[in-house]
Amino acid sequence: MSEYWNDIFGGTKSLLVGLGITAREFFKPVVTEQYPWEVPVMMPRFRGHIELVKNGETGRPNCIVCGMCMRNCPSGCITLTGKKPEGEKKKVLTKYELDFTKCSLCGSCIEGCNFNAIQFSKDYNLASTRKEDYIFDLLKRLEEQS
Amino acid sequence: MDTSIWRPILYLIGFMAFAGVNAAWLGWAERKGAAHIQRRNGPKEVGPFGLWQPLADGIKLMTKQLLIPSGTDDILFRIAPILAMIPALTSMVVIPFSGNIQARPIDLSVLLIFALASIGMFAILLGGWASGNKYAVISAARVVSQSIAYEIPMLITVITIVMITGSMSLQDIAMSQQGGFWHWNIFRLEGGHFIYMWVGFLIYFICSVAETNRAPFDMAEAESELVAGYMTEYGSMGFGLFMMGEYLNIVVGACMTTILFLGGWGSPFGFMPGIWWFLIKIYILIFAIIWIRWTYPRTQIYKLLNLSWKILIPFSLVNLLVTAAFIKVF
Amino acid sequence: MTAPIICREDEVFVLNLGPQHPATHGVLRVKLTMDGEYVVKAEPVLGYIHRMHEKMAEDRTFAQFMPNTARMDYLHALAYNHGYVLAVERAAGIEVPERAEYIRVITVELNRLTSHLLWWSAFLLDLGGFSPLLYAFDDREQILDLLERVTGSRLTYCYFRFGGVYNDIDDDFITGTRNFIKRLRSRLPRFYHDLVTKNIILIKRLKDIGFVSKEQCRKYGATGPLLRGSGVQFDVRKNEPYSVYPEFDFDIPVYEEGDSMARYMVRMDEIEQSMRIIEQALDKLPDGPVRAKVPKILKPAAGDYYAAVEAARGSFGCRLVCNGGKSPYRLKLRSPTFSNLSLFGEVAEGMLLADALAFMGSLDLVIPEIDR
Ligand code: SF4
Ligand code: SF4
Repeated sequence: MSEYWNDIFGGTKSLLVGLGITAREFFKPVVTEQYPWEVPVMMPRFRGHIELVKNGETGRPNCIVCGMCMRNCPSGCITLTGKKPEGEKKKVLTKYELDFTKCSLCGSCIEGCNFNAIQFSKDYNLASTRKEDYIFDLLKRLEEQS
Repeated sequence: MDTSIWRPILYLIGFMAFAGVNAAWLGWAERKGAAHIQRRNGPKEVGPFGLWQPLADGIKLMTKQLLIPSGTDDILFRIAPILAMIPALTSMVVIPFSGNIQARPIDLSVLLIFALASIGMFAILLGGWASGNKYAVISAARVVSQSIAYEIPMLITVITIVMITGSMSLQDIAMSQQGGFWHWNIFRLEGGHFIYMWVGFLIYFICSVAETNRAPFDMAEAESELVAGYMTEYGSMGFGLFMMGEYLNIVVGACMTTILFLGGWGSPFGFMPGIWWFLIKIYILIFAIIWIRWTYPRTQIYKLLNLSWKILIPFSLVNLLVTAAFIKVF
Repeated sequence: MTAPIICREDEVFVLNLGPQHPATHGVLRVKLTMDGEYVVKAEPVLGYIHRMHEKMAEDRTFAQFMPNTARMDYLHALAYNHGYVLAVERAAGIEVPERAEYIRVITVELNRLTSHLLWWSAFLLDLGGFSPLLYAFDDREQILDLLERVTGSRLTYCYFRFGGVYNDIDDDFITGTRNFIKRLRSRLPRFYHDLVTKNIILIKRLKDIGFVSKEQCRKYGATGPLLRGSGVQFDVRKNEPYSVYPEFDFDIPVYEEGDSMARYMVRMDEIEQSMRIIEQALDKLPDGPVRAKVPKILKPAAGDYYAAVEAARGSFGCRLVCNGGKSPYRLKLRSPTFSNLSLFGEVAEGMLLADALAFMGSLDLVIPEIDR
């Protein structure tokens, strides 16, 4: 019997305490971010899809077409080609394609690259209904950026 | 009484408008209330404070196709949502919004309202049954046992009030509580039957929350168990009507609580009685119902029946007996 | 409430719960044979999100498998990172710098907090309480911001490396973590205990519901809060210590009751213990490198290696068989929820539908981890 009364009085008290907490919350300001109106700032280490890094001096990509990134990628997202122009020693990148549909943003490619040629971008608002939109031509992207 | 043809028509339009506005904007109020309790914004894009959101929702629901899944009982499936609306709308007829705003003063209006409330339950039962969906059928079965369990304490409490007032007309019940909050049934001091009436109020309020299938008693649409219960198969306006029916039931429930316990249109200080007091009171009650919903987890069907049979019914019976004794003695 | 089932053959019906159902939190399907609202028989059906992680390990290098580990239990991804790197480090005999071990512990425990907070909110959602979900997410979001600051991602972390971690933590992270712990400590009593734990409705729904005995745990190999809620004091962090856990002073919460409430309380207490571990780790954090020199292509000697860690849902084991090649010969992953779920069928028998689902919620299932 005492349990019965306990349930009634203790229970009612716990319910009232709960109501008190939600009531107080009701009058507090909202904490959510109003996304399209308020754009979040990405952390410096945020991992977007990868992008090429430009050499500050030459203005060309840092990449020397060694292919380590391609081999390191667990999902085979990267395809790249390069050729050796006449009269130059180093290979020059001609195509660097990222298949973002398969990328898991793990960073193996970046770790594998010894020449500081790729980095994570800060793009996050990517949306599309077509798969082809996620095959990025990073070389073109680099040109557009400059 | 004015018996011209205009009176019914005016009231019809008035109540339909009142019901429609409530059914639509209570949905908005609930979303907004829930959002602020959870420190979100809620609807805010359509119009100022998202006030036109119900219109947008309504247009969306109406333009959607009414899908009738194969294997359902076609006719019942269509009738059920309409049936959810009608009793609530009809109840408006006898509710006195103020001393002279009442479509039809009927002597047995209390009885009429409870009879209509039971019909509202059938809408859910039919909808669930006709859907031919197992979740919906379970939900329908739950609604029936829940309604039976909660109508008993509710009616016992109402009988207490009827005994105090000596009338079954809502108009009379409200009239007897005029003139300051100390005359309201919940705080009633004169006449001997006093003090414990707030117990009756609590019982009645809990029951009316349970009757309208609101959380924490929303066994019927328990979305984590029964997907959406009896509404699982409904889309477009069928769903819309169920939602509106639910909100209208809440409005009717709040009106009843106000009239039975909170003095109807009477002002708490004894001056300026009128419809505004009535509206203020019902919206406070409705807000409380929303507030409760967004605070508690759901009960479980057996716990809910336990609450009714082990706590509410004994208490309401004791309440009835004590009141009867007091009336006899004084 | 378990009532004796008097069930007539022709009155039972089959209720197909899932693969899309709000209570299964993923693509779990449970075939329930019901008698009215009572569950007569429950049979989990798995495999809807099977992705062959174990097989995938066999045709990629050790390092390339790293991102996969985060995608099993996506709620406690760092513990899975940890289990895998531990196994590989044991195989290849790699020493991990001390600072890296501390960072690992800090981040894993932070991740455990997010996991428990998410479980808490999802469990409340199963029970029909909405607002607690948002309150817990408010807290969880702070941790995610902290972890994003160091790891770069918010959910599927790929932060640990063989011989250390990807990169060092900074002072912002340390002060941020300390502030967060202060914040969570101040919010725990009100938003978690006053609002929910002490709520009579919740107590009535969890007490004496879903009883799991020690024997059942043993029979099905259950671990984690499920096991500790049944009165067995077993936690890999204490029983088979790894990393730098022995250096911290923390308790293993154990409850004898074995009902849903006990499991609930174990997790709530673990939140407190995790915060204690993080605080101690931050105090003791040594200086030094965060990553040992490790060859780019690992070729561990042939052999059989095993490492287990305590993830939020139980002990995650990683058995690695190497044949001296660049990739594992076989990688067997023992995921805790697979064993924990196996219990469900036996325990749910005779329960009401609502109780069975509350019980399922208290098991804290993460479906991709069950199927792998
Ligand atoms: S981030 Fe990982 S998956 Fe994506 S391209 Fe680089 S290596 Fe491949
Ligand atoms: S590893 Fe670096 S340098 Fe080599 S191909 Fe890739 S991006 Fe270019």
